[in-house]
Amino acid sequence: MAKEENWELKLYIAGKTEKSVTALRNLRKYCEQHLKGKYQIEVIDLLKKPQLAEGDQIFAVPTLVKKIPEPIRKIIGDLSNEEKVLVGLNIIPVKK
Amino acid sequence: MISAKRKERQQLPKAPTGITGFDEITMGGLPKGRPSLVCGAAGCGKTLFSIEFIVRGAMEFNEPGVFVAFEEKAEELAANVVSLGFDLKKLVAAKKIKLDYVHIERSEIEETGEYDLDGLFIRLGYAIDSIKAKRVVLDTIENLFSGLTNQGILRAELRRLFQWLKDKGVTAVITGEQGEGYLTRHGLEEYVSDCVILLDHRVENQISTRRLRIVKYRGSFHGTNEYPFLIDEDGISVLPVTSLVLDKQVTSKRISSGIPSLDEMLGGKGFYRGSSILLSGTAGTGKTSVAAYFANESCNRNERCIYFAFEESPEQIVRNMRSIGMDLDRHVKSGLLRFNASRPTLYGLEMHLVVIYKLIKQFKPKTVILDPITNLVTVGNMSEVKAILIRLIDFLQNEQITVMFTALTIDTGTTQSDEGVSSLVDAWLSLRDVEYNGERNRALYIMKSRGMYHSNQVREFIITDNGLKLVNVFLGPQGVLIGSAREAQELQEESNNNWRKTDLLRKDKAIERKKMLLDAKIAALNSKFESEKDDLDNSYLQQEIKNTIIENNRKRLSEKRSSTLNTKANAKKS
Repeated sequence: MAKEENWELKLYIAGKTEKSVTALRNLRKYCEQHLKGKYQIEVIDLLKKPQLAEGDQIFAVPTLVKKIPEPIRKIIGDLSNEEKVLVGLNIIPVKK
Repeated sequence: MISAKRKERQQLPKAPTGITGFDEITMGGLPKGRPSLVCGAAGCGKTLFSIEFIVRGAMEFNEPGVFVAFEEKAEELAANVVSLGFDLKKLVAAKKIKLDYVHIERSEIEETGEYDLDGLFIRLGYAIDSIKAKRVVLDTIENLFSGLTNQGILRAELRRLFQWLKDKGVTAVITGEQGEGYLTRHGLEEYVSDCVILLDHRVENQISTRRLRIVKYRGSFHGTNEYPFLIDEDGISVLPVTSLVLDKQVTSKRISSGIPSLDEMLGGKGFYRGSSILLSGTAGTGKTSVAAYFANESCNRNERCIYFAFEESPEQIVRNMRSIGMDLDRHVKSGLLRFNASRPTLYGLEMHLVVIYKLIKQFKPKTVILDPITNLVTVGNMSEVKAILIRLIDFLQNEQITVMFTALTIDTGTTQSDEGVSSLVDAWLSLRDVEYNGERNRALYIMKSRGMYHSNQVREFIITDNGLKLVNVFLGPQGVLIGSAREAQELQEESNNNWRKTDLLRKDKAIERKKMLLDAKIAALNSKFESEKDDLDNSYLQQEIKNTIIENNRKRLSEKRSSTLNTKANAKKS
């Protein structure tokens, strides 16, 4: 499990769509539950900053990118499946 | 290729690709402002086709382009096309091209819930706007299918993507991997319905050929055949070798064959410029010599000539022709004559054609020699060779290039073994071995020569140290004589003539003698006559003298008598 680590999370969205709102809500919920106090969420709206899409290899939205802690993970979608998100964020190690 | 009328009627705007030959078969290029699908198996040249579309668009047509690579990194891509003379980095720096590498790493990605591909849209839109791109390539978008599992979303999004590209008004090329029984593995052809191009790379008899086919092209005429194409240091060259219509320009200018006596047989002026000439013959009948003469004559007229040799090396040909008094080397040195020698098995038939086509485009000759076309059969069957030749002849006639093919015929006893191309060519010379009287001699016929008077006679074809000659065959009482039989007959004629001459001389002499004899006789008779005449004259003279004397005597006597009478009378009177 996580030690004294900090989760740096980026959520790429394209405007305030239903999907992006759902994704952000889901993400905040999981983080509050599992990573309280050791996470940062940066929301990047590609409609405003399209040049940032290339750097993180974004092609679908919403995409959650976790760079730290390693390894890099990308979670595509509205993050509705909690278990998948938590596995992807290395919050829980393996699937049950 | 297309008549002006049709061009006017053509409504669909097109974006030229700049790819050699491709714009000709599509009559202008890809549909402008619409997506086109380029599909084919791995290694068929999809990426190259699309990058050339982008690079040439940027360099030649001032249409900046975005290249979205799903497979190769931008640096790899740039390195890969340097060999083709494309400096991607420079074009990128000049904002003519934007490369975007979309990397999809399956192991890093989780999918959960609803999503869309707006990220890609935004990226693409941003790239397009940043350089005001008119062209877009997505190579190979199907990689999305391996990166994402939700096919339902993917398909819906792809449909949206292509519509979006259309709305953007960019000319797009989407590449797709060929699938089992389908054009593309994931059925992309379902979404891109305007223009579909299929690239193919086949290996037959260990010889590979690349082919291109336009599967569909909405709202436009296009060639429907499979066109061979070549990838070399200049990129892709497609061969629009089958013209759709027969509307070639023709000229009635004539050019010499290089052999005066052959020109004589062709109405005294030689072949038509831009015509095709077939030279068929059995082994060792002098096909190459005739062809070399034609090449030489072309260079003498200061016109370029390419000699495609499939059997001999250039040095060999030059040497061999020197033995009959022809110096091809000086034309090679002056750059008028170019040899291109290659073994037929070097590559496939189509490739031969592509190479020939390219060389001709580059060198711009007036005369082309192919020696011999029959060797091409080793890499293809007869019907393929024929198809190739039709296309080659078409192309050459369009370019107003005179072409001479040589063809080896196997002596089957008939003259009609012509590689099936005789109906295509304008003139057909047949060289034959004539076996007669224990020796082989060469004979030349003109089987046909369209649109001009030509001799129907067979000529004996002689190769001497000083070149080629056509000699009238001897038509004697025994029929056509050729070779030493002809020579013998000629000698016979000559000696007969001599014999007749001496005979006449002898007769002349006899007459002369007879005349002399007669003359002598006449002289003798004359002298005899003279002497008789003299005698006669003499006797006349004597008679006359006698008569005069007698007369005189009588006169004197009578005078005397009268005087005596007078005296007597006188005396009586007294």
